[in-house]
Amino acid sequence: MATNVVMPQMGESIAEGTIVRWIKKVGDQVDRDEPLFEISTDKVDAEIPSPGAGVLTEIKVKEGETVAVNAVVAVIGSASAADAASAGPAQASPSSGRSEMPEAAVGQPETENRKPEAESRKPEAESREPEAGGKQRTSPLVRRIAREHNVDVSQINGTGISGRVTKTDILGFIEGGGAVKAAPTPASRPAAVQHVPAFKAGERVEIVPMTIMRKKIAEHMVTSARTSPHVYSVYEVDFHHLSKLREKKKQEYERNGAKLSFTALIAKATVDAIRAFPFANASIDGDNIVYKKDINLGIAVALDQGLLVPVIRNADEKNLLGLSRAIDDLATRARSKKLSPEEVQGGTFTITNPGIFGAVYGLPLINQPQVAILGVGAIEKRVVVVENDAIAIHPTGHISLGYDHRLIDGADAGRFLTYLKQRLETFDESWM
Amino acid sequence: MDVKRLGLVGYEEALALQQTLVEQRQRGEIDDQLLLLEHPHVITLGVKTRNDLSHVLESPQSLAAQGVGVFETGRGGDVTYHGPGQLVGYPIVDLNPDRRDVHRYVRDLEEVLIRAVAEFGIGARRLDKLTGIWVDEAGRDAKLAAIGVRISRWVTSHGFALNVNTDLSRFGLIVPCGITDKGVTSMERLLGHSIPMAEVETAVTRQFEAVFGLSSV
Repeated sequence: MATNVVMPQMGESIAEGTIVRWIKKVGDQVDRDEPLFEISTDKVDAEIPSPGAGVLTEIKVKEGETVAVNAVVAVIGSASAADAASAGPAQASPSSGRSEMPEAAVGQPETENRKPEAESRKPEAESREPEAGGKQRTSPLVRRIAREHNVDVSQINGTGISGRVTKTDILGFIEGGGAVKAAPTPASRPAAVQHVPAFKAGERVEIVPMTIMRKKIAEHMVTSARTSPHVYSVYEVDFHHLSKLREKKKQEYERNGAKLSFTALIAKATVDAIRAFPFANASIDGDNIVYKKDINLGIAVALDQGLLVPVIRNADEKNLLGLSRAIDDLATRARSKKLSPEEVQGGTFTITNPGIFGAVYGLPLINQPQVAILGVGAIEKRVVVVENDAIAIHPTGHISLGYDHRLIDGADAGRFLTYLKQRLETFDESWM
Repeated sequence: MDVKRLGLVGYEEALALQQTLVEQRQRGEIDDQLLLLEHPHVITLGVKTRNDLSHVLESPQSLAAQGVGVFETGRGGDVTYHGPGQLVGYPIVDLNPDRRDVHRYVRDLEEVLIRAVAEFGIGARRLDKLTGIWVDEAGRDAKLAAIGVRISRWVTSHGFALNVNTDLSRFGLIVPCGITDKGVTSMERLLGHSIPMAEVETAVTRQFEAVFGLSSV
């Protein structure tokens, strides 16, 4: 009535294991599931429970030794049979004449006594079953569906935990006509949800894999839409005064090697507004609000394909000339793909400019983990009502604030935008 | 999944907490856990080095004088250092019955960390046969995060240590992970400025939930 204890299979790609410690010594009484020994593989140490109850009669593999998976490492016998079960090869081999099964899980019992034990090990045996055919771990439900539909589970890309095939995956696979996809390797497998293709090559479509940038944008935008309840407020700004000021100063800036753009002017006023309303420069972290002391202003730059948001660090420490130069420099280098990774990280607030494409205003998604984003609409000549109910033609534009309602209420956004509007409409020459 | 942000926790205290949680998880009394915390200065020895202090470069007396404790632990791996500024993550996750693959688990932990630091603009990667996440620093591989795991009846404990604003000089006390020809670095060193721990915790939590598919959203 001896039970062989074997080196357990700790993973698909693991062929061997090192015994680092025997918790029990020969002659010790052990209960089933009581920790028996520790093994080490990769950077993982695992405690292996005893497959059966009895007395540890023999240790075949010493501490520090490495043996193949399923090799017999010890024998557990009933107390009276302690001596009987000592001989035997160190590894399970068909020629030994014993009923050892190399494919068996931890501790396949040798004799009739196996029934209750076999039963108790059932979940283990079951989760191992698919290894013979495919390589993926599946639940009994998925395997049943696979059998019923005669589907090879290993052909399905799992979206579940550690890449396992879920019920949804297999049903989607069956519905999708069982399109074959290459199984990902464990190391490179993207663990994010994988998609069963809705289109197949050969139909009247062109299928193009997303660029890395596209994927990143997609990920960020989905995360943002899911994370923040977005609310928008849109204000109209009269740029009459500011455009005159800009005309006046433009050449002076050009002489200093900078372009005095509306973007720079709006960035300057926005930084002032952020300083006045720190909630716009915050993040939500669990149940805490994190107010950031540095104002790192992100400026969205459209590329031929995709977009980047380079960041002007400590934008509040720069004057208008410095801001103009920084915006110019970052935008140029963003388009020529010469930004370093740090230059697109750490933003605390973002300005985006859908107006350059003609949009009256945009409703942008927040650049996480920020809590607000300013959209600048097209600045165009429009009819406005000025003093004494007179009608005039002024350049005007719309500024929109997208904000995270978890933190910022409509009244806050109103105060922020009112301040910003006022700042733009009464831009002081001394700020330039 | 339950995420616990614990702040600064003593090493022994964290060991005891993990032990309790592992037992509770084995009995199915609690959900999977992710403990995020920092340790005071401590050197820990994995199972490989349990009886071998050759990778600890200073005497126990000298370490004690510097306020650095030395612990033997049940995790896999060699010697490592923990201390303030380093984000330590201990996932207590039940890999039964469908995730019973320790390599996959370790690769998944690496994936979490690679993605989390990518949120800060750091391009980290795996090195073949050298568990952990690595970056290229002036032509030399430098370790940004170490991994050491223990599994007991398929419930995990121990986990990873990501150098955020770690005082890297402390690694001079040891030969990290027994690897002598490579360096150690931190996010702070790579980015040139310190990073709020809370932001890194948030990124790690987000990526952990994404990679392990345990999102509570």
